[in-house]
Amino acid sequence: MGSPFGRFLLRRLGLSLLTLWLVSVVVFLGAQVLPGDPGRAVLGPLADARAVAALNKELGADRPPVEVYFSWVGGMLQGDLGQSYAYRAPVAPFVGDALLKSLKLVGVIFLIVVPLGVGAGVIAALNAGKPIDRILSVTSLSLTVIPEFVSAIALILVFAVILRWLPLSASWPTGAGPLTQLQHLILPALPLVIVLFGYIARMARAGTIEALSSDYTRTAILKGLPWRTVLTRHVLRNALVPTITVIAAQTGYALGGLVVVETLFRYQGIGNLVLSAAKAKDFAMLQAGILTIGAFFIVATLIADCITVMLNPRLRAELGR
Amino acid sequence: MSMTDTKTHSPALELEDLSVAYTVRGRDLPVLSNVSLTIQRGEAYGLVGESGSGKSTVALALQRVLPSNGRISSGHARVAGKDVAELGATELRRMRAKDVAMVFQDPGKALNPSLTVGRQMAEVFEILGSSGSEAKRRGEEMLGRVRISDPARVMASFPHQLSGGMQQRVVIAMALAKDPALLILDEPTTGLDATIEAEVLDLVDTLRQEFGAAVLFISHNLAAVASLCNRVGVLYAGKLVEEGPARELFNDPRHPYTAGLLRCLPRAGFKGGAALDNIPGFPPPPGSITQGCVFAPRCGLVQERCRVDEPPLYDVGTGRGSRCHFHDKVDDLPRMSEAPPVNTPERGPNVEPVLKLKHLSKTYELPGNRKVQALRDVTLTLDPGETLGLVGESGSGKSTLANLVLGLAEHDDGGRISIDGTEVPASVHQRPREAIKAIQIIFQNPDSALNRAHTVKHLIGRAVEKLAGIVGSERESRIRQLLEAVRLTPRQLPAKPRQLSGGMKQRVAVARAFAADPRVIVCDEPTSALDVSVQSAILNLLSELQAERQVSYILISHDLGVVRHLSDRIAVMYLGRLMEIGPARSVIEGPHHPYTEALLSAAPTVTGERGERIRLEGQIPSPIDPPTGCVFNTRCPRKFAKICETEEPPFALDDEGHAIRCHLPREKLGRGRRMEGVDVVEAGA
Repeated sequence: MGSPFGRFLLRRLGLSLLTLWLVSVVVFLGAQVLPGDPGRAVLGPLADARAVAALNKELGADRPPVEVYFSWVGGMLQGDLGQSYAYRAPVAPFVGDALLKSLKLVGVIFLIVVPLGVGAGVIAALNAGKPIDRILSVTSLSLTVIPEFVSAIALILVFAVILRWLPLSASWPTGAGPLTQLQHLILPALPLVIVLFGYIARMARAGTIEALSSDYTRTAILKGLPWRTVLTRHVLRNALVPTITVIAAQTGYALGGLVVVETLFRYQGIGNLVLSAAKAKDFAMLQAGILTIGAFFIVATLIADCITVMLNPRLRAELGR
Repeated sequence: MSMTDTKTHSPALELEDLSVAYTVRGRDLPVLSNVSLTIQRGEAYGLVGESGSGKSTVALALQRVLPSNGRISSGHARVAGKDVAELGATELRRMRAKDVAMVFQDPGKALNPSLTVGRQMAEVFEILGSSGSEAKRRGEEMLGRVRISDPARVMASFPHQLSGGMQQRVVIAMALAKDPALLILDEPTTGLDATIEAEVLDLVDTLRQEFGAAVLFISHNLAAVASLCNRVGVLYAGKLVEEGPARELFNDPRHPYTAGLLRCLPRAGFKGGAALDNIPGFPPPPGSITQGCVFAPRCGLVQERCRVDEPPLYDVGTGRGSRCHFHDKVDDLPRMSEAPPVNTPERGPNVEPVLKLKHLSKTYELPGNRKVQALRDVTLTLDPGETLGLVGESGSGKSTLANLVLGLAEHDDGGRISIDGTEVPASVHQRPREAIKAIQIIFQNPDSALNRAHTVKHLIGRAVEKLAGIVGSERESRIRQLLEAVRLTPRQLPAKPRQLSGGMKQRVAVARAFAADPRVIVCDEPTSALDVSVQSAILNLLSELQAERQVSYILISHDLGVVRHLSDRIAVMYLGRLMEIGPARSVIEGPHHPYTEALLSAAPTVTGERGERIRLEGQIPSPIDPPTGCVFNTRCPRKFAKICETEEPPFALDDEGHAIRCHLPREKLGRGRRMEGVDVVEAGA
């Protein structure tokens, strides 16, 4: 691609690959630091030391770390994510399945939080200084500081245990239709919706207030344009650029932040997968899981950057220089 | 009478006892009180006054776009016969779409950054009922009418791809597109170069006649108002204190406030000519003066009666009014401030210049192996106590030169900077402390130059400590000395910048620059963000400090009035080259370079005489690919032969030290307009 945007994309892709490689190194080193070895983890604390050593040898865990790293990365490059120690089976299907589940959850989260957050932010901005703005601002800020595990437990108690409106577990019965799946996902989605709502609403509010007080908005009003046109064409178009960037970047963060929620709701997503792999010293699974999350985060950031550039003509022009 | 008749016969704007109040913390603050004025169809009316006088509030009120805490508290504003307060939402929108248009100060901000010019242009026609393609066609046509030579390209551009002058043309085109009865211009040229300012003013003047629109021109730039307007109103503290035909009002003011403002202006004089006066004190906060004349606390003619009786609008001649009991005594207005001493630079064979620049160039590398020569081969000297004025359009290299002198940017190899005869390294990081102390700067905008988190004491104290190396009790006394020198009081020491007025902030910046007894101060547009009355006080302060301390100034300004008032010598720059340098009087009066001639002809004067404007054709060429021969040849109205395109002219020096880079012989070069008598008139009584 010869266009400035193409060059920008290529450069960013290169950077992403570099980041991904760094992530792989960090993940690998992290796994090495974990106490214990896979043989002991699989066979249990009471097993004979010779049996553990034999298993480690069989699994290839007794080789020097550098060698282990290169064989891991080498396998990865050929599409082999490695073998799970715990399940004695290829890792890939587990990771794929878990990623799909997590993405569904992330999808539900953003389906709820984006309209809600942006809407609240814009409404607050249009009524800046009035009671409704204060209520929205204070609420969103207070909600943001509630950690997921606190709100999750409260939500479970209220909606699943006391009111019994929503199912307690996020896992739906096999073969359930999309609607049933959605019903199961709403409750697990809410804790992160609560955290992200305040963030998105504040971004949207700040952007809208800035755009509203701008000279170009005044110019648009003084052109005699209907308020709706002023709002959509002139105000929101400029106001929501930073918000959209933040939302796109947050999808990556949300995926990583699912560990707590998925564990609490017993949902077999990628967060849960990573946690149980870490407990079981299932290094291949752990590394593959974290690397997947990292890759997703990088892709989300890349998409966020592309959107920002596409929405902002000035940035687009700067690419051309 | 039919509807159309009332429309064409009613004045474009009629304000009748208009009062506007802002509610702040539950209290009503009157921002405008009983303002009455009428602008006839096709007339240009100037509204002048300092910041906070309520000028912009007039514009906002008559379009009903006051901030949410503001409202019309009494009186009427009628645009083309319609009382804006009585219009319903739909009618109001129609009025905005049809009858009135407004151009804001900063065209870069008035255009939506994420829409093309074409889209924004078409909107104006669509709202009046044009179809999409028709709106586009008419938009293009409109851009042609504001003398944009390539409308199709501009239509497809985004605002940031256009220059400031071009953006302002687009905004004016958008405003005139609806063929409004009233066009409001709110400081439309502030922040534009002198040549572009002149172009915009010319354009507005021509278009006003073409379109027959009335103009409400809001500005603190009295000269710009004088050059464009038929009538002028002077606003002070929300009251219209004087009104009349522009030329008469500026030549013979009948209100002490107007007279005071005019005395603050650097008129056509040179350094050592008429001293600037200023208006002591500050405008009163809205609503603080409930009895008597609002100007009484700052007035040189004040009598007991002024503090008790509010003056009515006295009739002081045909079409003229003044809210002053003593409007017939305005000529006796005493000087309100001491005239500062004027310094003569030390010159002579035995005097070492304080600053010597030899063959200074600055080349920036661009991606793709391209180069920009922001400055090329500048050689000049600065004597102790001398002021060198630096003029030229944006992109001429003035700021680059200043940065090189300060060491903030490093000059190319081969150049030399010497301070007091000692050569110093290019970068400020390698200069010895003495050299850093020696050269200081005063920025245009004190708001961004002063750290908002610190107190005045800290701001000045830090400079004293870091630059002068003075600590302990001596530091305290030094801070007080500086404070006194810039006419601030110890009361201001604990204040933070936001608690100070613009003028006070600039005084703090001046104090900081003087903290370590500098030899040279670069003044980069030191007063262009300030009101005229504050500007004159700062300019006087600079003169005074110069006389006291033999400091030298490099004064960068696009206001030629300011430059000629302060400068001993003037240097004119274009595309990174020095085109002319010499004693201020020789440069201004000529014979001078054709570029200087064009710059001078662009400057409006408060007398309203504009002389013959010399229009420069085309844009400033790109410094990446400068024209061959004389760099000015692509725009020069005096280009006479092939040699202009092939050979760079020599820098011809006469025995007065006046050098001009032009192939034309001296006797064929242009001369300035003669200003009769202004140099000898002593301002004040």
